[in-house]
Amino acid sequence: MNTSTDKQYQALTAKFGMWVFLFTEMLLFGGLFIVYSVYRLRNAEAFHMASQDMSVFIGTANTIILLISSATIAMSITAVRNNKKKHALLFTGTTVVLGLLFLVNKYFEWGEHIRQGIYPGSKTLELRGYGDTLFYGLYFFMTGLHALHIIIGLIVIIVIMTFIARNRIHSTRYSVLENGGLYWHLVDMIWIFLYPLFYLIT
Amino acid sequence: MSIHSNEENLNFYQHKGKYKGIFAWILSTDHKRIGLLYMYSILTFFTIGATFGLLMKFELIAPGKTIVGPEAYNAFFTLHGIIMIFAVVIPGLPAVFGNFFLPILIGAKDVAFPRLNLLSWYMYVTGVTMILVSMLTGKEPPDTGWTFYAPYSFRTAGNMIPAVSGAFVLGFSSVLTGLNFITTMHRMRAPGMTWMKMPMFPWSLYATGWVQILATPIIGITLILIIAERVLHIGFFDPTLGGDPLLYQHLFWTYSHPAVYIMILPAMGAISEIIATHSHKSLFGYPFMVGSVMAIAFVGYFVWGHHMFTSGLSGTALYTFSLLTFLVAIPSAIKVFNWISTMYKGSIDIQPPFIWAVGFLFVFMVGGFSGLILGSLAANVHLHGTHFVLAHFHFILFGGTGFAFFGALHYWYPKITGKMYDKIWANTGFVIFFIGFITLYAPMFYLGYKGMPRRYYDYDEMFHPGNIVSSMGAWVLYAGAAIIILNLFISLKKGVKAPADPWGGKTLEWTISSPPPAENFHEQPVIEKGPYD
Repeated sequence: MNTSTDKQYQALTAKFGMWVFLFTEMLLFGGLFIVYSVYRLRNAEAFHMASQDMSVFIGTANTIILLISSATIAMSITAVRNNKKKHALLFTGTTVVLGLLFLVNKYFEWGEHIRQGIYPGSKTLELRGYGDTLFYGLYFFMTGLHALHIIIGLIVIIVIMTFIARNRIHSTRYSVLENGGLYWHLVDMIWIFLYPLFYLIT
Repeated sequence: MSIHSNEENLNFYQHKGKYKGIFAWILSTDHKRIGLLYMYSILTFFTIGATFGLLMKFELIAPGKTIVGPEAYNAFFTLHGIIMIFAVVIPGLPAVFGNFFLPILIGAKDVAFPRLNLLSWYMYVTGVTMILVSMLTGKEPPDTGWTFYAPYSFRTAGNMIPAVSGAFVLGFSSVLTGLNFITTMHRMRAPGMTWMKMPMFPWSLYATGWVQILATPIIGITLILIIAERVLHIGFFDPTLGGDPLLYQHLFWTYSHPAVYIMILPAMGAISEIIATHSHKSLFGYPFMVGSVMAIAFVGYFVWGHHMFTSGLSGTALYTFSLLTFLVAIPSAIKVFNWISTMYKGSIDIQPPFIWAVGFLFVFMVGGFSGLILGSLAANVHLHGTHFVLAHFHFILFGGTGFAFFGALHYWYPKITGKMYDKIWANTGFVIFFIGFITLYAPMFYLGYKGMPRRYYDYDEMFHPGNIVSSMGAWVLYAGAAIIILNLFISLKKGVKAPADPWGGKTLEWTISSPPPAENFHEQPVIEKGPYD
């Protein structure tokens, strides 16, 4: 085996490992989706009411932001493949900015809830009953875990940007970028499920 | 001799890496060194866990308070369980022998992601350290049992957060190992090694790997929920906030039942290797052996409810889970029959590893059949939460996996160390260990049948005789284990040099020198025949 096919083989191995890792991530959230479905079934009415209080505007905006960021990270891979370093940095940079924007929106959204006294373990929620407690518990926990994934993804993409800048990722060696991109798409995809479950089920 | 060929003759202990001294081990990405790091850590934690077990048997030697009261006893069985399950039996065979032998058995130089492999070991050590910290710090040690059942796990004053986080980190380590092995087997098999030419041990690790990957994240999230429950009062499992403790049990066993297959499948793989090699015959029904490990891994996902027969499930759920549980017996029986058929008309060489394998068959069958008793609904109502369950899973986990671990240790010891151990002491150790094992656990079947519950420091006078026998068995078992391990340590110094193939094995690890060279193979092996031909 000559070295270039050897490298390609290694890149495919890394990608395989990444896909397997994505399975584990899906199952991590899968456990929470089970919890969600059980409590939604038992408290259908309360979930329905509670989700009407959510800001569909922020939720939709964040969905669009993440969808665009997924597109930009995909575009950066094409740019690297065509040896366009500047474009690649521009697209990964855009992804980071969009990711941060998502977090800022999330911050204001959470802040508003907490200002109204709605957070896990709060008295207000306890007074509003089981359904609301569980709905908001799930909301904070699932979107919180998702936000944690966004933060990890952002760190990964920033590291990737330094790699691109220092030419450690280039047109013949970009599997790190591809795998980082896969992770980002997964984070995006999980949000695609969270969005209707919390904002649109009314 | 040129310098080049001299270097080729160095084994992996002599190989000069980037680092010196202890760093040559704890910073090494060589799968063989990582396997040994796991071996030493697991033996250490096994000793700690076994000591807790021994202390419990001291407490149970007489009714009432013997050496400790109820609080300390609760902490003992909790830590015994957490350490033994998460830090010894689950990583046991895959992390030690899987790491050391998987790449060699499939003709590769290393695992797919060597640095990730080292990271798994660090996560493993971190996880166990957190569990040990939970025991030594805080107001009270954890006292929930290894199952962390809600709602007690977030109401108790016990120091749960480090223990639960430690179990989470151990789970993460387990996922990474599984991911690494699966990728290794998909991408790095030697030229000519098709899937159906892969030996049984790698196959069992393959099945295990998928269980690790697909089941462990569920316990990961469940453990985080326990922490969220304690810290944030999120309410998912808290009935006073609308949550359902039963849901916790479902999520917990959705992982923890498949986890018992993480424990037993690699054990079955190692036993297959030992029996085939020592019978000097090809493994009987190899395709069925492969099919049955995959079948056990698959069916194992759908039987978790049998841990909850008395928790209040619907009738339909009970029947379904009971039926599915019985289905697991089919592939398990296929394996036992095939092992026996492998021995039939073979030229059996009775060596210590083979003796362990036969011991495994015996205890595994006792454990398996008692599992069927527990899987039937009517019997379960009577036996649930008694010493019968305790006897059952110790026969399977300690008997099955433990015997296979010691068998594998005796089987691969010459390859790992390059030395032969003293066979007379090895056999003596086995006999004492076996007698101790049966004396310790067999009375528990009787005690449980008579109604002695598990997890209590005290019991009724009627259970006294059985407990005396059982406690004495614990001492014999402990002595046996000490002899076995001491013998192996002493043989490191005193043992004679081992040949490349001391047992007449046919798999790839026996084609290279003992101990293996740093790169495993001087020339890339090309596979043209079946694994045991």
